[in-house]
Amino acid sequence: MRKIVSLLLGVALAAGMMTGCGSAAPASSAAPASSDSNAPAAPAASAAEEKGTIVVGYAQVGAESDWRTANTKSFQTTFVPENGYTLIFDDAQQKQENQIKAIRNFIAQEVDYIVLAPVVETGWETVLGEAKAAGIPVILSDRMIDVSDDTLYTCWVGGNFIKEGEDGVKWLNDYLKAQGRDNEDINVVMLQGTIGASAEIGRTEGVEKMLKENPHYKLLEKQTGEFTQTKGQEVMESFLKAYDDIDVVIAQNDNMAFGAIDAIKAVGKVPGKDVIIVSFDAVHAAFESMIAGDMNVSVECNPLHGPRVAEIIQKLEKGEAVEKIQYVDEKVYDQTNAEKELPNRLY
Amino acid sequence: MNKINAYWQKLRKQPLFLPILCLCLVLLFNVIKTPAFFNISIQNGVFYGYIIDIINRSSELVIMAVGMTLVAASSGGADISVGAVSAVAGGMCIFALGSDSVYHIPYLAGFLLAMLTGIACGAWNGFLVAKMKIQPMVATLILFTAGRGIAQLLTEGQILYVRVESYKRLGAFLPGVPLPTPVFVAAIVVILTTLMLRYTALGLYIEAVGINRRAGRLVGLNSSLIIFLTYTFCGLCSGIAGMIITSRVYSIDANNAGLNMELDAILAVALGGNSLGGGKFSLAGSVIGAITIQALTTSLYAMKVTADQLPIYKAIVVVIIVSLQSPELKKMLTGLRNRLALRERVA
Repeated sequence: MRKIVSLLLGVALAAGMMTGCGSAAPASSAAPASSDSNAPAAPAASAAEEKGTIVVGYAQVGAESDWRTANTKSFQTTFVPENGYTLIFDDAQQKQENQIKAIRNFIAQEVDYIVLAPVVETGWETVLGEAKAAGIPVILSDRMIDVSDDTLYTCWVGGNFIKEGEDGVKWLNDYLKAQGRDNEDINVVMLQGTIGASAEIGRTEGVEKMLKENPHYKLLEKQTGEFTQTKGQEVMESFLKAYDDIDVVIAQNDNMAFGAIDAIKAVGKVPGKDVIIVSFDAVHAAFESMIAGDMNVSVECNPLHGPRVAEIIQKLEKGEAVEKIQYVDEKVYDQTNAEKELPNRLY
Repeated sequence: MNKINAYWQKLRKQPLFLPILCLCLVLLFNVIKTPAFFNISIQNGVFYGYIIDIINRSSELVIMAVGMTLVAASSGGADISVGAVSAVAGGMCIFALGSDSVYHIPYLAGFLLAMLTGIACGAWNGFLVAKMKIQPMVATLILFTAGRGIAQLLTEGQILYVRVESYKRLGAFLPGVPLPTPVFVAAIVVILTTLMLRYTALGLYIEAVGINRRAGRLVGLNSSLIIFLTYTFCGLCSGIAGMIITSRVYSIDANNAGLNMELDAILAVALGGNSLGGGKFSLAGSVIGAITIQALTTSLYAMKVTADQLPIYKAIVVVIIVSLQSPELKKMLTGLRNRLALRERVA
């Protein structure tokens, strides 16, 4: 009996190891972007250092969206040898343990800077402590982390969701003024993102703050569309039944705006004219929608963090102090400038 | 009076009494809160109203619930991969049709491809459950996690749009037909499945295998084959649902298509008064359960419940409905009534 048990255990162990290797193998080769930058980077790192380039390790979340892919490309085109950098890129495939492993590798390879786009907020104390002990500055990109000791990272770079929300309503103010409707009462409905997501919290706060400043605005209702086109359409259908005179829809991302546009068309109204569509993110498809005249405006959520991170690294190289929280520049695109901008859109 | 009472007692004994009562309660609540809830008008040449929204939006769930009912009845478990499988099937179809202004292959071929994908996924689940005798939850967990990965691979992690106008018809309206197409698709699936179960012995076989697999085997039923067939059929249902989901938004978003629908489908089966432990089942119950879930969502939108409170209200209603149907509660109530009657008689 014992023999059988130990035999089974042995088989299970071997199987476990095999599946372990099996899952590890695609992890390093799956994302084409990571593999072609990863493979030459490791040997190049030490060689590059001799030539005096700055070695930067980037622990990226994964490649889950167009936004993320554009973010990765931004780093890969900024941190090139011609600019005096060597980039070691790691795609964590949405797993924190992969990112921790990547950071430990960066420390072992003695990189000059570590850039981290954290998968989750918590659990970073130990590994960032190791980076700090090794004297490597850590720059956070996109998402924030939750640590008790904020000296574990040098600074954070990302989008300002509150300002995006404010910019959306500011555009609306200007647009209504240009239309001569600035003294009319304007009925607004808002499609919120997934409740609790940082983009939803920031954009809701920014939009509501600006709406309150103008007594002509009336926020009839807000409801979550969970950042998806299907839910955006479903909720908008419900809004249209509850209220006859919606003047403005504020959708907290482009996908929900597309859904709202379909719902508005279905009742025979004209989106972009009868109902003004204010959206966020400014993805490629949003530009097409603006050119078609359906969407009025989209406030950008800029994924191109590379240049700003490079700027920070240059400052740090000179020994200057940098601000702890740094926002990337984000623009507002509407029907007047969409056509011109479309060819430049990477995402 | 006695006659009415007798009729009521008879009605109460009907197996579908409780599910229908729950649906009516949800709808009735609306009349008090939103008097316009039952208004149906014709707008833009099609029927328009909250009730139409409910039957339209619940179509995918109805189709999935049909497959889920058979799976639960035959194997006493749930197929938790239905949402992911719908994303794979939809992704496969759009991948084959292409994102240009004309289809790369005929639409019908794309549709058939999606069905085949659904069937293949279902057959895989069926193989694991029926032949390998893996617990249904564990077996379908594989496609639950891997399915979205496969869909991501097909779409290269992007949201793929279909540019051909006719692709929208399955999820919207056929020209000249005032009811949304998904309603017809759901009706066809329900009717065909009912006919198949009623006019062949399959329904009886499924129940027999579900009650006792070994006993089914002993009376000469090929239990494994029947379980395998129900999973394959469930995969087909997910494929059809996936086509509607992608048609509604004329795009495939591998991350969000059919997200969390497996949970709603299981809930629909349970709300329909069906046991998730296998055995006797009622298809009509599951259909009513699915419509109840959508009625609840639409009602909460119509009642202007804010997004952060939405899940709480849903949970409360679901708890009430499920406990109303629990046999234990029935026993407790009967016991209480008997005790009261006894006390009265003693007094």
